[in-house]
Amino acid sequence: MSGTFVGMPAFPTAARAALADTQLRHNLAHATGTIRAKRAAVVGEVEEWEELRLAGAAVKEAALRDLETHLVRLEESLTARGATVHWARDAAEANEIVARVARDHGVDEVVKVKSMATQEIGLNEALAEHGIAAWETDLAELIVQLGDDLPSHILVPAIHRNRAEVREIFLRAMGSVGRPAPADLTDEPAVLAAAAREHLREKFLRAKVAVSGANFAVAETGTLVVVESEGNGRMCLTLPEVLVSVVGIEKVVPTFADLDPLLRLLPRSSTGERMNPYTSTWTGVTPGDGPQEVHVVLLDNGRTRALADDVGRQALRCIRCSACLNACPVYERTGGHAYGSVYPGPIGAILNPLMKGTGDPQTDSLPYASSLCGACFEVCPVRIDIPEVLVHLRSKVVDGHRGDTVPKAEAVAMKAAAYAFSDSRRLGWVEKASGLAGRALTRLGRTTLPGGRSAAGRIPGPGAAAWTGARDLPAPPRESFRAWWRRTDGGRS
Amino acid sequence: MTTARDEILARVRSALSGVDRTPPLAPAPRIAAVPDLVGHFADRVEHYRAVVERCAAADLEATVAAALARHLPAGSGTVVVPDGLSFDVPGAVVDGAAGPGLTALELDRVDAVVTEAAVGVAETGTIVLDHGAGQGRRAITLVPDRHVCVVRAEQVVPDVPDALARLDPTRPMTWISGPSATSDIELDRVEGVHGPRTLHVVVVDPG
Repeated sequence: MSGTFVGMPAFPTAARAALADTQLRHNLAHATGTIRAKRAAVVGEVEEWEELRLAGAAVKEAALRDLETHLVRLEESLTARGATVHWARDAAEANEIVARVARDHGVDEVVKVKSMATQEIGLNEALAEHGIAAWETDLAELIVQLGDDLPSHILVPAIHRNRAEVREIFLRAMGSVGRPAPADLTDEPAVLAAAAREHLREKFLRAKVAVSGANFAVAETGTLVVVESEGNGRMCLTLPEVLVSVVGIEKVVPTFADLDPLLRLLPRSSTGERMNPYTSTWTGVTPGDGPQEVHVVLLDNGRTRALADDVGRQALRCIRCSACLNACPVYERTGGHAYGSVYPGPIGAILNPLMKGTGDPQTDSLPYASSLCGACFEVCPVRIDIPEVLVHLRSKVVDGHRGDTVPKAEAVAMKAAAYAFSDSRRLGWVEKASGLAGRALTRLGRTTLPGGRSAAGRIPGPGAAAWTGARDLPAPPRESFRAWWRRTDGGRS
Repeated sequence: MTTARDEILARVRSALSGVDRTPPLAPAPRIAAVPDLVGHFADRVEHYRAVVERCAAADLEATVAAALARHLPAGSGTVVVPDGLSFDVPGAVVDGAAGPGLTALELDRVDAVVTEAAVGVAETGTIVLDHGAGQGRRAITLVPDRHVCVVRAEQVVPDVPDALARLDPTRPMTWISGPSATSDIELDRVEGVHGPRTLHVVVVDPG
């Protein structure tokens, strides 16, 4: 019942449409501005923040560098505590496992804790094909699901919606899937939250099967951790009889003590709180408390491809806090939908190509959805050098086109430049030509740059038009440096 | 046919061939000690808009009774307590005293729950339940709308690593920092969604 990202256009096309939506830009600027200020305040009060980031990165790095050992250990610990461990190579396998568990219990609905992994594999759509309704219970996910919309942010999937839009969605859609919203619903966030509480409570109380992800999975003990705010996670993890958790293989951490830096880093980076309202941990089955049948699906779906990339591997440290989205000047303007994935923003611009591989025009456009300003790296709690990975992925995208029969305009320009720059005589001709062009442009140029230098506006022609459509080209100087040196004897005459 | 497990582990092995497995060394830093740990804890819990009060051990039962009277509608309201609570809550239903305990639907009609805790984390204003004696199974502190939680001063530790060191990972745990909340609408924080909308913490000083 929610949409799909399949068939999304490449980033520049999608971004252009998003930029034209003034309501969207207003909603995003307001929301990201609020969260940036909150994060800055709570991060600022931790004197040891930089050491904490190093510690967080080290925990994840330790887990990734010896992933096989930790995954096998996790499986053993979980099994010893009564959980059933499944492995899924890809989305289809993971979806099939969850559907099978639901079918085995004869249910036609499951309640869900917000989970990026299940979004990534399209679990809700897959369950719907089996006639099973998957109810999202996180408030923002509920807004997205009821609005037949797509998520646009990792932490707050409905960040693109304002309170008035949320009210309309609740009034229109709640009644068709359960308890309707009260007729006198206002657009106060507290009133809207209360309506979600009433709507979802009957679903929590009757649900037999719940589906979750996990923020962390402790190899040593088999403990899974879910970090949340609303209590919908607790409801799903506690009340149903059966719990299935879909966990990416990169979520593993070696020991229980390793949770320390991560539990301190995540809430401050994510919601800008010292600690999130609720963190639940469970280790297999606890007799008499919570689900008595516990399944864990360990998911690859491209993670091992990312793991094999020596530069990109660090992206698997990501703890899905979304600080990089909130800090990114590109994300703040385009929003998340333009990235065409459940992982938008700077982290999405590297995770998608790393997990799916380059070669598809939409995926290949993502490493370019950045000005490389570095704000994402600065706020990342586990020190993922996103700009470094972006540049690395751009080179992979370019390498992928080396053999093209019709080269890109940029490749032609670069080839021409290489030809000119590799021979001093050729460079001389180019300088002469550029001097002439400079004279012409100074006369014809319609734009003047700060400092009085004349510039060209849009220049027609393949490649040039795209480049100059949004940039002014400064008029080249009339005389080249080398010509000036010869004429003045290095400035002496 | 290779199983998914074998194939994933083989992919991991091949992805990491030649990678140094030595874990990088970067111990998590400790925060500076605060002079009044329990006071710091109380401040931080209150910051989440929980109600916090401190009392002497001798006044605990009266303090809890007053807290319930404050949050429950006058003359009515049902209260549930877990088996093994170390003090008396007159009139409360004891969950699991005989048999499997209340169902979720029954708990949904209960107005308040009173429990103890396992650990309090001062820096983050967090209460940790490990659902042992006096804390009950997870559902009883989740479904009722009001939670009165008693934390003893000696259970308060400075920060997250101290809490992890005190806890048994094999027990189910709930870390609670204030009443349930959401920031999902315009990132504006609102207290009160699915978990208890009222959190009342009683900190018991020794003596």
